[in-house]
Amino acid sequence: MTLPNRLEIKNLSLSRGGRQLLRDLSFSLNPGEWLHLQGDNGIGKTSLLRVICSLAPLDEGEVLWRGQNIHEDLPLYLKDIFFVGHKLALKEELTAFENLAIECALMGVPAKDLDLMQALAHFGLKGREHVPLGILSQGQKRRVALAKLKLARAPLWVLDEPLVALDSHTVELFTQLLGQHLTSAGMVILTSHQPIQLSGVGRVLMLSR
Amino acid sequence: MKAFTAILKRDLRVAMHRKVEVLSGLFFYLVVATLFPLAIGSDLDILRRIAPGILWVGALLSSMLTLGRLFEADWQDGSLEQLVLTPHNLSLLVFAKIISHWTLCGLPLVILAPVLGLMFDLPIEFVLVLMGTLLIGTPILSCLGAIASALTLGLRGGGVLISLLVLPLFVPVLVFGSGAVESLAAGLGSQAYFSILMAMLIPAVFFSPWACAAALRVAFE
Repeated sequence: MTLPNRLEIKNLSLSRGGRQLLRDLSFSLNPGEWLHLQGDNGIGKTSLLRVICSLAPLDEGEVLWRGQNIHEDLPLYLKDIFFVGHKLALKEELTAFENLAIECALMGVPAKDLDLMQALAHFGLKGREHVPLGILSQGQKRRVALAKLKLARAPLWVLDEPLVALDSHTVELFTQLLGQHLTSAGMVILTSHQPIQLSGVGRVLMLSR
Repeated sequence: MKAFTAILKRDLRVAMHRKVEVLSGLFFYLVVATLFPLAIGSDLDILRRIAPGILWVGALLSSMLTLGRLFEADWQDGSLEQLVLTPHNLSLLVFAKIISHWTLCGLPLVILAPVLGLMFDLPIEFVLVLMGTLLIGTPILSCLGAIASALTLGLRGGGVLISLLVLPLFVPVLVFGSGAVESLAAGLGSQAYFSILMAMLIPAVFFSPWACAAALRVAFE
């Protein structure tokens, strides 16, 4: 029997470079819920996201997905998460379209050309699909990275500072997309220093020393 | 398999836009091979005798020159992070990267070998053996080098560390690679050398993607 999607962080302690970042942190996330991590620079927001994505080790505690430690069946867990980090994971030499096509192949999402075009158009990149990323602005590159979300099928989205370099209109588009994802029983964890208005059930988790 | 071909195509396409990086290894190989006759002189007997060694050392150094960027660019732009986070087998994706590295940096050396061989006045049958050894040997260099590249990822002075790590591993490939032509010249045939190179290639192809994947996961921690 498959358990429902649920992310649970249990008594997580985390240190980096000999410095304790987080101690005994616990929270859970259910379908349709979002969590906004906030806190000062260097408090451990990105480190926490990386632990949730299995990219970094933790000192104590565990990360559970559907009631199971994520490391027990990592490939299965990785199918269910989608991570957009600080670095955009895009190739400057390739076009926005090519970057998205590669990302879809890596995610295992069978997207057609039209889907890719629509995802880019959603973020206002119509007419820029076949332009090499190197000549796009930082904000436009960030939009290409966020267009991946439009194609992602994973229920859990982990987003590290997704609003950097975005204009207010794109922030609105992004918020709408998150809203749609949450409505369809998705889950979102994000960090952002900017305020963000999300619909659905959610909370802000303020990390402090 | 779709992810494997996507990575392979992506790396090849990106390389087409970074022609200078790709050509630098080939140019280095060409320069090394050209400078030796200038320094040693035009005695064809000597040139013929040392040609396999020079061309193999050139291939080895050229390969080392290009190893640093095998994972570096992906590490810098965050693509490597996404690679580790895909549900696909990371070893398979790393293997695609190794193949693309060999296609861009190893295969051109094999193709260029006949031209350089003729420059050293090597008989055609020697050139063919040299090409054969390079064809089997350069993928071994890519496979072993990829492990060193993954192990030194994100470290300062990684390039120097790569050299220290891979040089001892490259020596047997160099010995048997260049030895095949010398053995043919001595009238002993080169089949045994090919067999030994194949015996090195098979485990290298099998184990190096797995070792690289493990090293990359450690790099992220």
